[in-house]
Amino acid sequence: MITEQEVIGLNGDEAVAYAAKQCKVDVVAAYPITPQTIIVEKFSEYVANGEVETEFITVESEHSALSACVGASAVGARVFTATAANGLALMHEIVYVASGLRLPIVMVVVNRALSSPINIHCDHGDSMAERDAGWIQIYTEDAQEAYDTVIQGFRIAEDERVLLPVMVMLDGFFISHTLQNVFVLPDETVKKFVGEKRNVPEIEIMGKRVKLKLDPSFPLTIGPLALYDYYHEIKRGQAEAINSSMEIIKKVHDEYSRVSGRKYGDGVLDSYKLEDAEIAIVCIGSAAGTVKSVVNEVREEGLKAGCLRIRVFRPFPADEIRRILSGIPVIGVLDRSLSFGGMGGPLQYEIKVSMYDEPKRPLIMNYAYGLGGRDLPPGTVKKIFYELNKLKGKQKPKETFKFIDVRE
Amino acid sequence: MKRGWKQIPIAAVSWINSTEYKTGSWRSFRPIVDYEKCIKCMQCWVYCPDLAIKWNGEEINVDYDYCKGCGICSEECPVGAIKMVKEV
Ligand code: SF4
Ligand code: SF4
Repeated sequence: MITEQEVIGLNGDEAVAYAAKQCKVDVVAAYPITPQTIIVEKFSEYVANGEVETEFITVESEHSALSACVGASAVGARVFTATAANGLALMHEIVYVASGLRLPIVMVVVNRALSSPINIHCDHGDSMAERDAGWIQIYTEDAQEAYDTVIQGFRIAEDERVLLPVMVMLDGFFISHTLQNVFVLPDETVKKFVGEKRNVPEIEIMGKRVKLKLDPSFPLTIGPLALYDYYHEIKRGQAEAINSSMEIIKKVHDEYSRVSGRKYGDGVLDSYKLEDAEIAIVCIGSAAGTVKSVVNEVREEGLKAGCLRIRVFRPFPADEIRRILSGIPVIGVLDRSLSFGGMGGPLQYEIKVSMYDEPKRPLIMNYAYGLGGRDLPPGTVKKIFYELNKLKGKQKPKETFKFIDVRE
Repeated sequence: MKRGWKQIPIAAVSWINSTEYKTGSWRSFRPIVDYEKCIKCMQCWVYCPDLAIKWNGEEINVDYDYCKGCGICSEECPVGAIKMVKEV
């Protein structure tokens, strides 16, 4: 049954803070950084006003912020933090520790370009640099989805079959600072959905069933030394955990949509008018809103265009993508970050690998756009659709990767 | 038999008690106590970082299962009763 909901005007950051409050997190350890600052600022107001019972740990750096989160999560707490760009880069070492220790931390990353030159606006270079770190990565399209995804994030992360940290992304300023009417669930509903307290699972150690947490009544060694004799096996197990989380991500999304009435594709991929499409744009984040509206525009003009938004980037839904994009002859992948010295942006690598086994491989173009917060206007998207359309039935052009809207 | 990846507990939590790690195998120098010289002052017991010096009520003994051979006991002993001898 869909719950009756209040509508409040919130920007993306405030929507995230509101969701974290409703999820009754035990510990927040965070360091402010634009464009994420509003999240922790808002949350510290909740703490100061006594609206939450959260232990808010103020730290001197992001490295310490995530380290404190790791410690708190290891004793069984429900933990939340948020960061962006250089802050996430400073956390890098601990990002791997959190996933290796299988700690269900939820961290919001408000996407911002990395230095240098210093920039505070959106691109995906920061979270893309963490794509191999073993976290589940979910990119949202607007403030509403950011709110919904934080709530889903705790359920996914804390699921006994998953037990992995979840990174929820929203585009800096485009989402984080843009006011939107956000439907919020009643506190009670969220509490029921995520559970009042984190459910710490049991494991069997030395013939005993014990809670997987640091507890003096049964000390465990969490984070041991493992060299060439065991590290390989341990990483094999971790790879299994993230791959098999895909089903849970979908299930949690379905269950949430039954409560909230909101759906984001199948929870992993959000397809728009792809059924009969001959050209498609694949993208991530807030750009999808613009692309979808241009799809409608160019369809009026006779182009069979569609859009595929990748919501879950890790684990990467390669099989589903192949199924959806199969038969579409020309595809344009939009990348809001670079892989310097590589052969294009990070998203196009994933898409190209996903499509490699297709008997009839599509022509895949790759466009770098919007670095450091550069806008992606509808006119640009339209230009791309027309270019893709022209390539139908043509030979692959010499250059398949290009910077869009760049001054020569 | 070493465990396969499916048998390893989640998060690589150690599945044996730490006392089962015989860290003494790392040692390249072995402390040897000269009981003629020893005055039972217990400085070695205080300083050993691995709790490898034991007191049995009458004398000190080195637990070679855990002694890593760091030589701190030998350094701290006020009467030079502990000699570090190269392991063979
Ligand atoms: S050599 Fe080091 S580890 Fe061994 S007994 Fe002496 S102090 Fe302890
Ligand atoms: S420090 Fe030297 S004298 Fe003192 S108990 Fe140890 S071995 Fe004996």
